[in-house]
Amino acid sequence: MSLSESIVRAAPAGPPEPPGAAERVLPLRRPARWIAGAVVLVLVAQAGHGLLTNPFYQWDRFAYWFLRPVVLEGMWITLQVAAYSALLGLAGGVLLALGRLSGNPVLRSVSWTYVWLLRSVPLIVVLLFLNNLSALYPTLSIGVPFGPAFFSFDESRLATDTIVAVVGLSVVEAAYAAEVVRAGLLSVDQGQHEAAAALGLPRRYQFTRIVFPQALRAIVPAYVNLLIGLVKATSLVFYVSLLDLFGTVQGLGSTYPGDVVPLLLVATVWYVILTSVLSAVQYHVERYCARGALRSLPPTPLRRARAGLEELRGRYRKEAAR
Amino acid sequence: MSKRVLLEGVSVAYGRTRVLDPVELDLPAGSFTALLGPSGCGKSTVLGAVAGFVSPAGGRVTAGAGPVTGPGPDRGVVFQHYALFPWRTARGNVEFALKRLGLPRAERRRRALAALAEVGLAEGAEKYPAQLSGGMQQRVALARALAAEPEVLLLDEPFGALDTLTRSRMQTLLRELWQRRGTTVLFVTHDIDEALALAQRVVVLGGTPGRVLADHPVPDGPPDPDLRSLIARHLHALPTG
Ligand SMILES: Nc1ncnc2c1ncn2[C@@H]1O[C@H](COP(=O)(O)OP(=O)(O)OP(=O)(O)O)[C@@H](O)[C@H]1O
Ligand SMILES: [Mg+2]
Repeated sequence: MSLSESIVRAAPAGPPEPPGAAERVLPLRRPARWIAGAVVLVLVAQAGHGLLTNPFYQWDRFAYWFLRPVVLEGMWITLQVAAYSALLGLAGGVLLALGRLSGNPVLRSVSWTYVWLLRSVPLIVVLLFLNNLSALYPTLSIGVPFGPAFFSFDESRLATDTIVAVVGLSVVEAAYAAEVVRAGLLSVDQGQHEAAAALGLPRRYQFTRIVFPQALRAIVPAYVNLLIGLVKATSLVFYVSLLDLFGTVQGLGSTYPGDVVPLLLVATVWYVILTSVLSAVQYHVERYCARGALRSLPPTPLRRARAGLEELRGRYRKEAAR
Repeated sequence: MSKRVLLEGVSVAYGRTRVLDPVELDLPAGSFTALLGPSGCGKSTVLGAVAGFVSPAGGRVTAGAGPVTGPGPDRGVVFQHYALFPWRTARGNVEFALKRLGLPRAERRRRALAALAEVGLAEGAEKYPAQLSGGMQQRVALARALAAEPEVLLLDEPFGALDTLTRSRMQTLLRELWQRRGTTVLFVTHDIDEALALAQRVVVLGGTPGRVLADHPVPDGPPDPDLRSLIARHLHALPTG
């Protein structure tokens, strides 16, 4: 049977069908898809059941530790260190990216060298290095080289540990962020620069109002990726004697050796929560950035879930009506 | 409010490829010139040199009293690719052009809406460029360039994406604005009839690398078929490509 013949045969023939019949198109049955779905569901259920019932995980101890003040204090330190490093890292990254794209050869080569060097050195080495440096210089001061100091931090204070951690994370984060920001800036069409320049806007304005907002679309997903890495990298600050979430859990684990597994689970769940919050923020920031770039914005997960429910209900009703 | 534009021996090369042989062109203040030529002959390049995006390999571009060293608000551009700001609505795009005039916000808004109404886009004012059709985007670009009241208006095939009716309405609008404001206009097109209908003078560009092949004044009054066929002959004499 030739193709055209089959099309002709498929076309409705004879008397017109009663109204409404056309609507009742049978959905395609896909048995393989159903079977695969069922198998995966069973496996997931098994894994979940094991996770909940296996005594190895000691969920009662997990519940005991999860909201202990000592754990929450560690969490607070993790949050602080991550937030400061994220902000400073992004600021540094923007400056470095601008340096790399500038017409000034000195700025260009300095930025390039910074990124090259800091991306090459492991974070833990940077942290330990800074830690030793701060031990060598008991008072850390920021000011003009060889000149007066603007601020100084006393080594004996706990704050110094936090500062070492934040500085260490930020300098490394900035190197990675620089590349993310640079990629974003390069993704903006040349015509946009020209159009902004032709309207006679000051250069700073062109950057902040035209180029950067568009670059954000490319920057946000990549930067959140970096941030998630950063949140977990904060667990390394434990090596510079700062008791963050992981450091606290580690310390508690050596005091209560029987609770090591539930304590690690506590840390895991907190990190998962942090990452989920970041992902949710990313979703909404991305949606905001896509404004104007897409013809219509994708629905939020909540709306999508509601639409899905509606559809299911509609289908159920149709089945029931049959 | 207009400037004389002068190109003296302006040649352009991209990398090692020369795309424009030395061009001599004098656009008196307040004149309306059409730049006509086949695709790829360097029309946008000439426009870019006047706008200040393209730095010539040789020669000099002057606008008014000073040499052109970069883009500036005295020379408004309607881009072949529109180059609207995707983050801004149509109104936002036009308002942006008004920013440098230092107007209060309400006045900016009023003028932006008026400019959009002039190009027949009063309804689309709150839409983002991605939500507008190609022809609508082109009209927003036109409104944006006109609103800034430049002294020299550079238009790169500004009506290419429009239907005949809208196109002739936009042509009338452009003519009126030019007569009212006396802006110096350089209008790039590959449509002979459009060039003849609008401009006081038609410059034919062609060849690779591009150069000026002909330069005809267009007399006022009804279209002159002899002039049309003369210019058409210049264009068709060109090797295509
Ligand atoms: N950025 C660039 N790099 C290299 N070559 C370029 C560049 N821009 C344009 N060209 C070349 O310069 C020549 C002229 O280009 P131009 O854009 O000025 O043509 P045009 O006359 O405006 O054509 P069209 O009518 O298709 O817009 C073309 O051969 C093109 O390949
Ligand atoms: Mg062109």
